[in-house]
This record gives sequence, C-alpha cells and structure tokens, in this order.
Amino acid sequence: MISLILRTATHFLFTIMLQFSLFLLLRGHNEPGGGFVAGLMAAGGFALYTIAYDVAATRQALRVDPRTLIAVGLAIAAGSGLLSLMKGSPFMTGEWGHLRLPYLERLNIGTPLLFDTGVYLTVIGVTLMIILSLAEE
Amino acid sequence: MSIILTVLSGFIFASAAPFVHRFIKEGIGWIMALLPISLLIYFLTYVPMVAAGEVTIVSYPWIPRLGVTLSFYLDGLSLLFSLLISGIGALVLIYAGSYLKEHPQLGRFNLFILMFMASMLGVVLAGNLLTLFVFWELTSLSSYLLIGFDHERETARSAALQALLVTGGGGLALLAGLVMIGQIGGSFEFSLLLQQGDRLRGDPLYVPIVLLVLLGAFTKSAQVPFHFWLPSAMEAPTPVSAYLHSATMVKAGIYLMARLTPILGGTDTWFYTVSIIGGATMLVTGISALYQNDMKRILAYSTASVLGMLTLLLGLGATATIETAIIYLFAHALYKGALFLVAGAVDHETGRRDIRALGGLRRAMPITAAAAGLAALSMAGIPPLFGYIGKEVLYEAAQKLSGIGSYVTGLLMLASLLLVAVAGMVGLRPFVIGKKGVTHPEAHEAPISLRLGPVVLAGSGLLFGLFPSLAGYWILSPAVAAVLRQPAPLHLSLWHGWNEIVLLSLATTAAGAGLYAARERLLPAAEALKGIARWGPARGYSATLNGMMRLAQAQTRLLQNGRLRIYLMIVATSAVGLAGYTLLHRDGFIGLGIESELRFYEVAIGGVILAAAFLATQTRSRLGAVTALGVVGYGVALIYILYGAPDLAMTQFLIETFMVILFILVFYHLPGLTPFSEWKRRLRDGLLSLAVGTLMFTLAYLASHARFHPPISRFFAETSVPMAHGRNIVNVILVDFRAFDTLGEITVLSVAAFGVYALLKLRLEGKR
Repeated sequence: MISLILRTATHFLFTIMLQFSLFLLLRGHNEPGGGFVAGLMAAGGFALYTIAYDVAATRQALRVDPRTLIAVGLAIAAGSGLLSLMKGSPFMTGEWGHLRLPYLERLNIGTPLLFDTGVYLTVIGVTLMIILSLAEE
Repeated sequence: MSIILTVLSGFIFASAAPFVHRFIKEGIGWIMALLPISLLIYFLTYVPMVAAGEVTIVSYPWIPRLGVTLSFYLDGLSLLFSLLISGIGALVLIYAGSYLKEHPQLGRFNLFILMFMASMLGVVLAGNLLTLFVFWELTSLSSYLLIGFDHERETARSAALQALLVTGGGGLALLAGLVMIGQIGGSFEFSLLLQQGDRLRGDPLYVPIVLLVLLGAFTKSAQVPFHFWLPSAMEAPTPVSAYLHSATMVKAGIYLMARLTPILGGTDTWFYTVSIIGGATMLVTGISALYQNDMKRILAYSTASVLGMLTLLLGLGATATIETAIIYLFAHALYKGALFLVAGAVDHETGRRDIRALGGLRRAMPITAAAAGLAALSMAGIPPLFGYIGKEVLYEAAQKLSGIGSYVTGLLMLASLLLVAVAGMVGLRPFVIGKKGVTHPEAHEAPISLRLGPVVLAGSGLLFGLFPSLAGYWILSPAVAAVLRQPAPLHLSLWHGWNEIVLLSLATTAAGAGLYAARERLLPAAEALKGIARWGPARGYSATLNGMMRLAQAQTRLLQNGRLRIYLMIVATSAVGLAGYTLLHRDGFIGLGIESELRFYEVAIGGVILAAAFLATQTRSRLGAVTALGVVGYGVALIYILYGAPDLAMTQFLIETFMVILFILVFYHLPGLTPFSEWKRRLRDGLLSLAVGTLMFTLAYLASHARFHPPISRFFAETSVPMAHGRNIVNVILVDFRAFDTLGEITVLSVAAFGVYALLKLRLEGKR
C-alpha cells in the first residue's frame, strides 16, 4: 500500500526522529534520555520509513548492515571500558575530561558517553535486524 | 620484553592473521613464522640463565579480591617446552602455508594455530594453577577448532567434538583438583606450593586430589582408557597433527605430572596409578599401532604409546626415570614431529596415506626420504641418533630400579620393539621397500617449505645424537632439575663401551626388525584384536553421547513440543507453583496491608488498564487484541510518569510502539483468529492467568514494602554527581556504576537478535 500522506509525513518525521534520538543520547547523562531509549527512537524512525517505503529503501537509507551496527556498537561499548586500563584503573572506570567553551558552562566529557554511544548503536542494530528481517518475510 | 608479552603476542598475532592473509597470499607461512622464530630466539637468550639455575617469576594482579594473580614462571621445565613450542611452531607454520596453500580458509587456520601456540606457551609458562588452567582449556578449545578445521566433513566434526568432550571433561576434573590443592596449600602459586608438598600429601583429601588432577592429565595426554580421541583427531590437517597431537599439546598432561611431581608425587597412590595407567597405555596403543595402515593413524597410536611410556617413567618417580622421561620426551618431539610432517608431504604429493599403496618414493622424493629415514632411525633407537641415547638411558634407568627393575625393563623392551616396527612401517616402507609394482609417476619432491620441517627436526636428532651434551647440559639438565628440585647434571654420550645395555638395545632392534618383517603374517591375528577393540572405551563414549542425545530429545518432546501456549503454560505453572510454595511455606507475607492514599487519577489509569486487559481477552479481532494490549502498556507507562520515572516511561512507550509494529509485520503470516475454545479450557487458562497475576502483584508489593536493608538509592543519589558527573541517576547507573551489567545485557540482546535472524532466514531458505 502506498500512501502519499504517510510518505510526505515520513519525510519530515524521519529526520526529526533521528535528530531527537541524538538529542536524547547526548542529554542522557543529566536529563531523561540515554543510549537505550535513543537507540529505540532512531530505530523507530527507520521502522516508520520501512512502513512508508519498503525494506530495500530503508537498507539504502541506513547505508550499513544492522549486523555491522551491532558489532561496532558492542566493540565501542567494550572498548570504552578498556581505556581506563591504560591509566592503570580497573576495567570500565569512568574517565573524564573537562571542556571549557566560551559562553557555555563547563562541559564534562567522559568514557560513559562513549559507552552509551555503543549501547545506542547496538540497540539500533538489534531492533532493525529483527524488524527488517520480519518485514522481508 | 617480559614473559607475559611472549604469551599475549601470540593472541594479538593470531587475531591479525586472517586480515594479513586477505592481502598476502604468497609465502604467508614464512610471514606467520616470524613470530615463533622471534619467540624461539627470545627463549634461547634465557638458556644460560636457566642453566645456571635461575628461575624467573613475574606476577600481575588479576582478581585481587580472590587472591588470583596472572603469574608466569620460567624454569628449566618451562623453558624446554617453550623452546619446543616456538621452534616446532615456526616449522609447522611454514609448512602449513604451503600444505594448505589452496585452502580458502588458510587465514583462519593461521588464527587457530597461533592461538593454540599462545595458549600452549601459557600452559607451560603459567606460574600458578589457575593461570595454568585457563590456558589449558584454551588449548582444548583451539584443538577443537583445528581438528574440525574441515568442518564440512562429518567425521572431522565428530572427531573434534570427541576430543573436546574428552579433554574438556578431564579439564573439569582438573579444575576441581587444582582448587582443592589451592585450598589446602593456601596458595595457587607454584613458587609457594612447592614448599607445601608434605602438607598436601598428608591431607585426607590427598587421594581425591591426585585422582582428579590425573584425570585431567590422562585425558589430555591420551592415556588408556581415554586414548581413543587421539587417533580420531587425525582428521585434522597434518600440520596440526604434527604440532598439537604429537609434539606439544598431548604432552601438556606429561608437563602437568612433571610439574606437580614435587608437590603430589612420591606416594604409593601416585606411584601405582600413574605407572600402571602409563604402562597399560604404552602396550595397548603400541600394539594397536601395528595393525593400522594409515600413516597418520600409525603415528597417532605410537604417539600414545610413547606418552604412556613417559607417564610410566614419571610414575616410577626415581631420579633416573625422571631424567629419562625428560630426555625421551625431547627425542620423541624431534622424531615424531618430523615423521608426521613427512606423512603430510607424502600425502600432499601422492594423495595417499595408506602404507599398502605406497612404495619406492625415495627416487621421486630423495630429500624427504632422507629426513624420514633419519627420523625413523631415531625412533628405532639406532646410533648415532638422539633416539638411541633416549633408548639407552631408558634401559639404564629401568635396570637401576630396585625390585621391579627386570619387569619394567621387559615392558620397556616390548614397547621399544613395537616402536622399531612402527618406524619401519612409516619411515622405511613408503620410501624404500614398499610393495613391488607400486609406482607414483605423479609424485615429485615436495617444495622447500614442506621439506624444511622434516629436515630440520630429523637433522636436530642427528646433531644432538652426535653432540648429546649440547642438549644435555643446556636444556635437559635444567628441566630435570626443575622436576627433582635439585641440580641434576646429565652426562649423555653416544658410546659407553660394550655393556649389557648395548646388548639389550641391539636385541630390541633385531626383534623389532623381525616383527616388522613378520607383520604381514601377523595381521590375521590382529583382525581378532580389532574385534576386541570394537568393544573398547570408544564404544562407551558413543553410548554415553547417544544416551544423552536421547534424553535431551525425550525431554524436548515433552516440554517443548512446538506449541507456544504450552510453553507459556509450563513457565507460568512452574513460576506460580515454586514461588507460591516458597511464599506460603516460609511465611513470606510480611507487612501486607492496604495502602490508604489512592488518588483519583491513579484509580482512573488502573481502571483503563483493567478494562483494556479484559477487552484483549474478549475481542474477536486480532488487531483489536493487539491494540488493547498496547493500551495496557501505555497505561503502565503513565503510572511510571506519575511515580517520577520518566526514563522508564519513555522506554516503555517506545517498546509498546515496537510491539504493535512487530505484530503488524507478522500479522499477514498468522492464521485467522480461531473461534474460542470450549469453556473448560478457557476456565483453566483464566484461573492460571489469575494465579500469575496474583503472584506478581504479591511479589511486587512485598518487594516494595518489606525492607531488610537500607535502600541503595541514597548512595546513588549522593554520589552520582561527584563521582560520575551526571544528574540522571538512572543513566549514571546504566553507563557508569553498573556499566558492566549493561555490557552483558546488550551482548545478550545482540545474541538474541542473531537468533531471531537465523530463525527467520532459515525458514526462508527452507521455503525455497
């Protein structure tokens, strides 16, 4: 079924959902959000895209295979824990750096954000792998 | 460079191997061999230090709370094995690069074999029992992967599984034994345990410990009755057989027994168990070798026979027998490695391994034939090869034994003359004698990479035979000293003048040659032996395995019959039954009472949830049921918001949305909603649902009301900002305080996704 209304709406919604998912990911440490929910949100965008168009179009929009996303996500999550080993702290100790930008309050950046990014990618990969293979049936 | 790097570099190199293979195809074996060659050189630099009696110990904290350290220990025994592992490893990698040149998965092969090399180095360099155990299991795993390398063949797969189950089962017993040693000895470190020998030998748990540890060593070193996995493992590509299943891995059990001799040895239990099993293995597998025709299987059985001999020697436990075990182990690694590689080269050039179909290859493959001849002479114990020295010290040690000396000498002579016959079968017959009229027009000399291994190994046998003190002083004496815990200068020489030993040796060789000549006539008798062997332990293994399969099948048919509603019913009934029983039995209802404060909107949301749930059971449209369930989920999410858990609510909303999307995607494939079942079944389902609901409610209520400890949430609230720089406690817990849990969860999630993917794709494949 091709719905022009859905496709037109998807055009805007898709972009907004992806941007919102990034927003959720980045604010997660201080405000409601985080990698898991952000990943679901992004996957929701792609799911919407699949309903409006088809699986092939979604795969093209995604550019990478969901399996790759899972692998990269897990590698980032596990790798973020390894960084602390170099400083001699135990595995997965959070390491923080502080960024001072003009006009903004001090920004704390640390390995937990990297870890959350890994979670984000894994969740997108897992959700899309299930949804896309079901939709391909 | 420290010792830990020698082990870790193997793993690092291994993980790079498939990528390297993608870009470089030509001469990959030589590149891969660079690592073991540099390791060999590195270990050689330790030789003078170790020969002077120094022991190197390095230790890193691993799980400090449990007192577990990752420690390494380099003494003479470790060094001897490390030299063999890295030296033969280099030759085998060069060999494999050519032997498996056409194989598309050569990169993967290199990964596995380097992984094995690193694990094996870990075993022999381990400085404590737990480090040793981890690497021990890794060698079993890499052996599994290597035996099953040609995984498209069913026999290779089952042989790999057999080896894994036998050695893995032994590994579990070993772990139990090692933990008990650690408990009693007060430490897992070798350096400390070496002082604890008397305490362990006097402990009431001494006998169980010895039996468990020996079970591990016997399965690994293919001792009777676990020897059957070794001949099956010949399914592996020949370089693997040469490396793992003759020169190194199967000697891990020997290594372990030698290593633990100062701690556990010297008692009657040890003496009888080890020497009887060793002697039995030596004879049973030695005789079995005689009636094989496949070159690799002959070599496998004779390897098991030698392993039995080494076990026997360690079990006898006298200074002279331990010296001999170490000397013979070295001699065996050299000649057997060479012979395996020769068998592979012959197979590679002629496509045959059956000795009945081979003959006269010396004309086509003169250099390989020369190497095979040297190795076979060493195996037969003929001067001036190192094998001769091995055999001579063997008889000398046996003669020195008080009381049982003559019996042991007799047994060893029997085993040795079997080895002489086997040497003729694999080293002489395919090249020199063979069947008349068998020609190999297609055969030609193997390339240099296939010749290098046999030539170097067989050549070393000659070199050390001519200059025995070279190996004796620098490598073997320190190894013996490490087992005996006292300096043990060896005085090896080729010629001691005419004495009884020389005569015994000559007699063995002559008798072995006679046996070889009479082999054809003895074969009918061997047929009878084969009939007995059919009832051997291999049958017990397959009966156990099949029994387990049948049990699993019966249980699966009963519990998982493919109907989802039965699954759900079983899960729900057992949950209600078990948890409910515990609650009633242990007076679990604490602090139950009705909460008085209920606000209007809470009641309203609760009502909506209940109404939607009821609708879901009553509607006759599937879409209606799905939507109703969605309303239930959204209602729950609203409750989360009311109680101040926006993160949870957000996730719940998204999950509910996905549930609806998934349902819609599979809708098309589902059968139409059948008419409702009869009232009896509905009553049963209704009661069960009610029971589950009640149980969950009670549990949730109890969990929030019965407090035994102060809640941990205060800790998180207080430390979230100062320690983890985040104000969202939920997220801080997920990505920082409990990040390791999260890592586990997303890993499980990924595994589940791959499971779904496999199920769907397999179904699609099946349809086509």
